[in-house]
Amino acid sequence: MAKRNASISVAGLAVPFRVWGQRFAFLGLLALAFALMLLSKAETGALERARTAIVDATTPVLDVMSRPVEAGQSAAQSVESFFVVRAENDRLREENARLLRWMLMAQQLEVENATLRAQLDFIPGSAPRAITARVVADTGGAFFHSLLINAGARHFVQRGQAVVSHGGLVGRVAEVGDRSARVLLLTDLNSRIPAIVESTGDRVIVTGDNTPWPTLTYLASNSPVSAGDRVLTSGHGGVFPPGLVIGVVAEASEARVTIQPTVPLSQVSEARVLDYGVNGILPPPEQVPARLAAPPAPTVAPVAPPTVGTEPAQ
Amino acid sequence: MNAAVFGPVLDFSRRVVPGFSVLLMILLAQLPMPLPFFPNVAPALPLMAIYYWVVFRPDLMPRILVFALGLFHDALIGAPFGLTALIYLLAHGFVLNQRRFLVGKPFWIFWSGFAIVTPVAAFLTWLLASILRGAILPTDVVLMGMVLTVITFPVIAWALLHSQRWLVGSAQPS
Repeated sequence: MAKRNASISVAGLAVPFRVWGQRFAFLGLLALAFALMLLSKAETGALERARTAIVDATTPVLDVMSRPVEAGQSAAQSVESFFVVRAENDRLREENARLLRWMLMAQQLEVENATLRAQLDFIPGSAPRAITARVVADTGGAFFHSLLINAGARHFVQRGQAVVSHGGLVGRVAEVGDRSARVLLLTDLNSRIPAIVESTGDRVIVTGDNTPWPTLTYLASNSPVSAGDRVLTSGHGGVFPPGLVIGVVAEASEARVTIQPTVPLSQVSEARVLDYGVNGILPPPEQVPARLAAPPAPTVAPVAPPTVGTEPAQ
Repeated sequence: MNAAVFGPVLDFSRRVVPGFSVLLMILLAQLPMPLPFFPNVAPALPLMAIYYWVVFRPDLMPRILVFALGLFHDALIGAPFGLTALIYLLAHGFVLNQRRFLVGKPFWIFWSGFAIVTPVAAFLTWLLASILRGAILPTDVVLMGMVLTVITFPVIAWALLHSQRWLVGSAQPS
């Protein structure tokens, strides 16, 4: 009896300690979360490396998981196309006729261009190499707009490279792991792209603001920009190569000018990473590959990895 | 004999089901869905799973696990480490405190509880993300996401209920 009483009293004493211990653990974890947030804000290398390692390890899983989604999407598309096949056929025939006229014109211009270049001793710029990768995760959410692709450092992806899809700009490579990379979308708050308005020649910055419609900043107030004008990368700052289509002006008012990106950013399933050899955002010195540090040598096409294809850009 | 060998293995696999279900929800939430603007308003699947397990099996959803899963989520979405972990931790603490009002009650009360947790979690995430990014982030997508999260909750709760029945069991902690 006495023994039982003793055990009860010990247990009774232990309860407040346990409660305090749990409270302390809770507050400790809260403090740790805040500390990590502040450290992340300071962009320490260790946390970034940890993130890259986690993403690298998860990418193969996401790659497998995203395949049924893609299969479902293509099945839905084939069912849909079955019903609209006649209309689609008519549209394509019309488009084909129009494109044939363009092709003739392009061939004439190509000959003319070649002749003029020969007369000028023009040295052509190097054609970009491109890597096509699958989008395995749309990690967008409401606060951070980015994609994960299944190509990384081993496929010659580098930080700062431009990413396009279906002819329009998607964003730039922000983080590179060994077999994965994070693409910062042009709608993200941190995205700033030097651009040019095609019709007026105005130099602007396409500024992401986490809405689907990025704004044009540093646009002259008397500029005659109107809805429908195309906006292209200007190549200034050396981050993006010039001439990539970003989007068209969606709204042009006194207060602000917004653009509609050409690529539907929430529906990108494949992305092409372009390597123009421009490196506006320089990687840390220890990560500069010998290819860039050494004097320029004839470029060799990278070996095609099993999951992603390498091909020259159009 | 078999029970002696497989017993502990089975018991262990039962205990990791809740953690794995949250992990699965985090991964599912990242899949690229071919719907316009969907990623911006996607329902918060991991929050549903955390809420479910904290109410029904808090012993299998300890706060250290919730914290670790939050850090993993942060790493995937490119958020500063600790942001989602903090939200999950607070949600865990709140639900654990209030679970006596939710256990053994009709489903609509369980659902209403989630409808209280979601806006608070969404608002806190928006607030912290806005502070960390140094700008007032758009709120319309947050509201839409919140509504979608609450509406789709019964579907996920149904799936989790079945996973609990088949795999975990309903033993309440003493």
